[in-house]
Amino acid sequence: MIRRLDAFLPLVGVVALLAFWSLVSARGWVDPVLLPSPAATFKAFWSGMDGGALGFDFVKTVYRTTMATVIAAVIAIPLGIMLGSSERLYRSLEFVIDFFRSTPASAMFPLFLVLFGVGDETKISVAAFGAILVILFNVAYGVMNARKTRLLAAKVMGASRLRVLFDVMLRESLPQTFVGLRNGVSLALVIIVVAEMFIGSQDGLGHSVFEAQQLFDMPRMYAAIAAAGALGYGLNLLFLTIERRFVHWSGK
Amino acid sequence: MDATPDTVRSSPADPHAEEFPSTPPVGGAGKRPHVTIRGLSKRFGRTVIYDDFDLDLPRGELISVFGPNGCGKSTLINMIAGLIPVDSGRILFDGMLLSEIKFGYVFQNYREALFPWMRAFDNIAYPLKLMKVPAAERKAKTEALVERLGVKIDLSMYPYQMSGGQQQLVSIMRSLVVEPEILFLDEPFSALDYEMTLFMREQLQKLFVESGTTMVLVSHDLEEAVYLADRVLLLSRHPARVADFVPVNVPRPRGDETLSDPEFVRLKAHCLEVFQREVRRG
Ligand SMILES: Nc1ncnc2c1ncn2[C@@H]1O[C@H](COP(=O)(O)OP(=O)(O)OP(=O)(O)O)[C@@H](O)[C@H]1O
Ligand SMILES: [Mg+2]
Repeated sequence: MIRRLDAFLPLVGVVALLAFWSLVSARGWVDPVLLPSPAATFKAFWSGMDGGALGFDFVKTVYRTTMATVIAAVIAIPLGIMLGSSERLYRSLEFVIDFFRSTPASAMFPLFLVLFGVGDETKISVAAFGAILVILFNVAYGVMNARKTRLLAAKVMGASRLRVLFDVMLRESLPQTFVGLRNGVSLALVIIVVAEMFIGSQDGLGHSVFEAQQLFDMPRMYAAIAAAGALGYGLNLLFLTIERRFVHWSGK
Repeated sequence: MDATPDTVRSSPADPHAEEFPSTPPVGGAGKRPHVTIRGLSKRFGRTVIYDDFDLDLPRGELISVFGPNGCGKSTLINMIAGLIPVDSGRILFDGMLLSEIKFGYVFQNYREALFPWMRAFDNIAYPLKLMKVPAAERKAKTEALVERLGVKIDLSMYPYQMSGGQQQLVSIMRSLVVEPEILFLDEPFSALDYEMTLFMREQLQKLFVESGTTMVLVSHDLEEAVYLADRVLLLSRHPARVADFVPVNVPRPRGDETLSDPEFVRLKAHCLEVFQREVRRG
């Protein structure tokens, strides 16, 4: 009986948080201007998403994050495979990759502004830049850390180097590639939202949060934050689902 | 494949012929040698594992390799199977190079040797794919092998859904599907529990009797080594020499009663004695 309820365990934290929030706002422990009630926030969320501005901003952010991630994946995966399949090549570029991976992508905004102007291209390309390095690094490591026995097994069966690369290394690197994709998409979302706040943006969740704050429309601000959170969570879940489906052997 | 060896060897144009004077075989008297090893040397750093090592392995026999820990058993079969390079020396198979023959290799670590993204059946058929055998024929050949060996496993499972023994069986079948002339097995059962090990010994014996393939089995279990072998190769500590090459003339099929067969008991005691002498020497 108790075991059956285990499926609902994840809800406990959600309920507790909402209860605490309701309590705090009902008792007026925090200025209601700073923390609106859950009901007011939910109402703002619902009306915003249901044909309101928030829904539009949400779609914009989804579009930019998706573009950035797709571009990053298309560039980083083949490059990562190349780097990973030649350990010497990777070692010679390792410092450069690690250096830029450690550089906050937001520090690149001014440079990309000069290159691409204030449009979508800048936001998307900075986010893609950040995601590329994360994905590249993970793919390369996935390829390099392919199980030696498995590579040997393919080799003794007479597989050519190219076959070993495609039949074994690529498959072996998939779990790590997905780690890279999940981290990459999370980073892309962070960068896109920040860019939407500050780089002359007219739409997007970042813009929505920032504008609501400027107008002191707190329920709308919290609603936009919640939307950004839901998006981040949803993207992660999406990649996890794809991974489970296509990399069924992962961790086994 | 089988028609060439003798012509190759007798041909005056054969590049290997002069380098290969017919030195008397070390051990394996009687049968025509399948594998000829001459002047094999191998060192790791400053440790000499093999120094001018000669050995003949007879055709169609199951040869167990036994010796002290770290003496170079794996190194030997890995060099014969081309997994690691030799420093010097020659290894020929009926006068041919490794690249000219079909062989199989079974790893101790089946978990890492199989491809978890393929179903067991496709794992077994994979070497045929490498040989560019068309899909329909691959399927037919694999099914025929499964049939012939009488293996009763659901081969539509992925390796990670199978028990260790089943995985190792799949891995052995994968090495047999190309009909190899020689099969190398490096401690294939040592990652299995005892019950599964006993079962797999019977399976391997069956496969050997069934296929007649020359097999080289590294084992760390003396009873297993003698029980399965036509000949036990006892190695000394490195630099490894042949301490003894003991023929096991106990009839097949062997079973539980073999373990109490006086000849078996005598051979096992003899091998143990040689082994202990070699261990003490170190
Ligand atoms: N790649 C390597 N680099 C350095 N030394 C090695 C390497 N491979 C093996 N050796 C050493 O060579 C010796 C022989 O190794 P090998 O694995 O052939 O022994 P083995 O007889 O198979 O031992 P075990 O009973 O542990 O399986 C050992 O002392 C080992 O430490
Ligand atoms: Mg070994």
